[in-house]
Amino acid sequence: MTLKTTLSLGLAAGLMVGGAAQAQTEIEFWHAMGGQLGETVNQLVADFNASQSDYVLTPVFKGTYEETLTAAIAAFRAGEQPNIVQVFDAGAATVIGAQGATIPVQQLLSENGVEFDIEDYIAGVRYFYADSDGQMIGMPFNSSTPILYYNADALEAAGVEPPTTWEEFAEVTGPALLESGIAPLAQSHLPWIFTENFFSRHNLQFASNNNGYDGTDTEIMVNHPAIRAHFQALADWQEAGLFNWYGTGWGDNQNPFEAGEVAMWLGSSGSFGGIADRVDFNFSATMLPYWEGVTTEPTQTFIGGAALFAMSGFDAEENAATAAFFDYLDSVDAQVMWHTETGYVPITTAAYAAAGEQGHYEAFPAAEVGIQQLSLPAGDYTRGYRMGFYVQIRDVMNREYSRILTGEATVDEAFEIIEAEANDLLERFAQTQG
Amino acid sequence: MKRAAFGHIGFPILLLLPQLVIIAIFFYWPAAYAVQSSFYAQDMFGFTSTFVGAENYTRLIDSTNYINALNFTVIFTVLVTFFSLGIALLLAVKADKVIRGAKTYRTLLMWVYAIAPPVAGLIGVMLFDQSRGNITQLLAFFGYEYRLGVNYWDTASAMIVVSVWKQIPVNFIFFLSGLQAIPQSVREAAMIDNRSGTSRFWDITFPLLAPTGFFLLIINITYSLFDTFGIIDTIVKGEPGNNPLTLVYRVYVDGFRGGDLGGSSAQSVVLMVLVLILTIVQFRFLERRIHYT
Repeated sequence: MTLKTTLSLGLAAGLMVGGAAQAQTEIEFWHAMGGQLGETVNQLVADFNASQSDYVLTPVFKGTYEETLTAAIAAFRAGEQPNIVQVFDAGAATVIGAQGATIPVQQLLSENGVEFDIEDYIAGVRYFYADSDGQMIGMPFNSSTPILYYNADALEAAGVEPPTTWEEFAEVTGPALLESGIAPLAQSHLPWIFTENFFSRHNLQFASNNNGYDGTDTEIMVNHPAIRAHFQALADWQEAGLFNWYGTGWGDNQNPFEAGEVAMWLGSSGSFGGIADRVDFNFSATMLPYWEGVTTEPTQTFIGGAALFAMSGFDAEENAATAAFFDYLDSVDAQVMWHTETGYVPITTAAYAAAGEQGHYEAFPAAEVGIQQLSLPAGDYTRGYRMGFYVQIRDVMNREYSRILTGEATVDEAFEIIEAEANDLLERFAQTQG
Repeated sequence: MKRAAFGHIGFPILLLLPQLVIIAIFFYWPAAYAVQSSFYAQDMFGFTSTFVGAENYTRLIDSTNYINALNFTVIFTVLVTFFSLGIALLLAVKADKVIRGAKTYRTLLMWVYAIAPPVAGLIGVMLFDQSRGNITQLLAFFGYEYRLGVNYWDTASAMIVVSVWKQIPVNFIFFLSGLQAIPQSVREAAMIDNRSGTSRFWDITFPLLAPTGFFLLIINITYSLFDTFGIIDTIVKGEPGNNPLTLVYRVYVDGFRGGDLGGSSAQSVVLMVLVLILTIVQFRFLERRIHYT
């Protein structure tokens, strides 16, 4: 269906060029949004094409995030790159490290006369895809952050409120839910939710060099007592029946929540739309819990998801077209449409306000939780992280966390391995950067 | 053979040229490139490239993770090859004896051959799914909690079962035609000499099937090593985690998913050498004991 739509859009674009003015500039956009999200991307692009007559943008679905990035890089090496490519959070270091492969979005916009003020963006969104000077390199596109979804019916039956701290979960919420005959907790992405955002939520340093933003000779600082204690607690909760783990797959962990077998699930704020379509119980969401024993002033989390990068190697006219699309994407209308259709957070404060005025959050209070969490006070280590070979580092984390939760390794052993292998990968990445 | 068939040396070379060009472009050139890049650390965009000597190889030897994948690949290959050959042979021998409705029966047995590996993997995922899988529910009925994607060997067994299932029809077709190529007179003569069906099979039928079996052995080992990629990818859902991985899948994970071109190239060179050794061993030692008629 996506292919069909893409084809027909492409065809329509072709016809428009053939029939109408020859002055139209055609540009290409490679993305990784399949299914329902892909339809929304196509809609967004169609709206852009209809909003002006100078440029025609063609969206192309390229598979998963990893496949899209690999395809774009291979195309770049062959000189056939798209004008715009969607790159996910863990791939950011690869793209941003390759200076000359992309044009920083801030530079692109100002060169093409588009006003740019980083303060227009929601706090947690601003600096994840920026360089060490705070210049925005990639335009945040589908942005989400981990939040706690809960089955309101199940919590009511057990007579508890959603927890704000992990202490509360361990002592009150978890045992009460277990007592009432439902599994209390599951989550879908241990590296993202319980590692990267764990550090951000507690304002702990995740890596040297300012979380990796200031250089490539970075060392990961993942082997921290607070996170080791967290994983020890997870293993204990699993033993006691308070926490269920269904493997590394995202959906395997989300399904039991949607089936009503698990009362609370940690997932992406972007999961909101899908859950609302599928479940028949009352659900809502709240912010990611924190450990009161670690901090009494929890900080914001940062965005996950992906950003759009303008690739280099095009003439001024095509770059102007890319800038025009980015400008359109930042507009309140486009942001509100994207936010309400998909559940991803709006990236500008203006769009957030507009969605509020339309009454979106009165109808769906859970849709606002992610934005509120991204707008919490910032700390020294809450802007994100920048580490090379991060896809593999996440793979190492997933492997070792699996070993903890299947009883193959102790928490201390696992974290020593993660630290050693991640630092080895970072060192290798530094080598590839010359 | 008459050597005078071609008047000039240029003509046969010209005839061979298309084939040689194809091999050079699709095999020698990429292989040489892989060997070269296995000695470098390269950024994905190809902007910088640093010579690192044999470091990409020494890292592999030191990596327990890589050694685990190597061990699993050996176990996986042995089991998949053994079971897909064994079951296919059994089915072929039995199908050979069927007289009524033979064609329908054989067609049904070959059907699975038409399924693409990712589709086979997807069917496997559905059968073995943690909460909804039929086989999971069956095992739960017998008191075993089967957890695909959580328990290492549970996941491994799903990969092996699906891979075997997918490969049986190919082996079946070859074994069946091999059986049908055995002359009726030989069988009748054997029947006079020996009344036991089992020993007739091992003394007469099996040796006569050996050329087919040897060919299938190579095909099956190659299948287990390389063609099961789609099945493994679907079963692990693109997230390696703590799941069992074969060497080929690791090449993909590190190279295409992770962007480590040098390390990934080193792995494919190792794989290339392993397959080369395996093939030499097979042809040198095994083939000598097989008699073609």
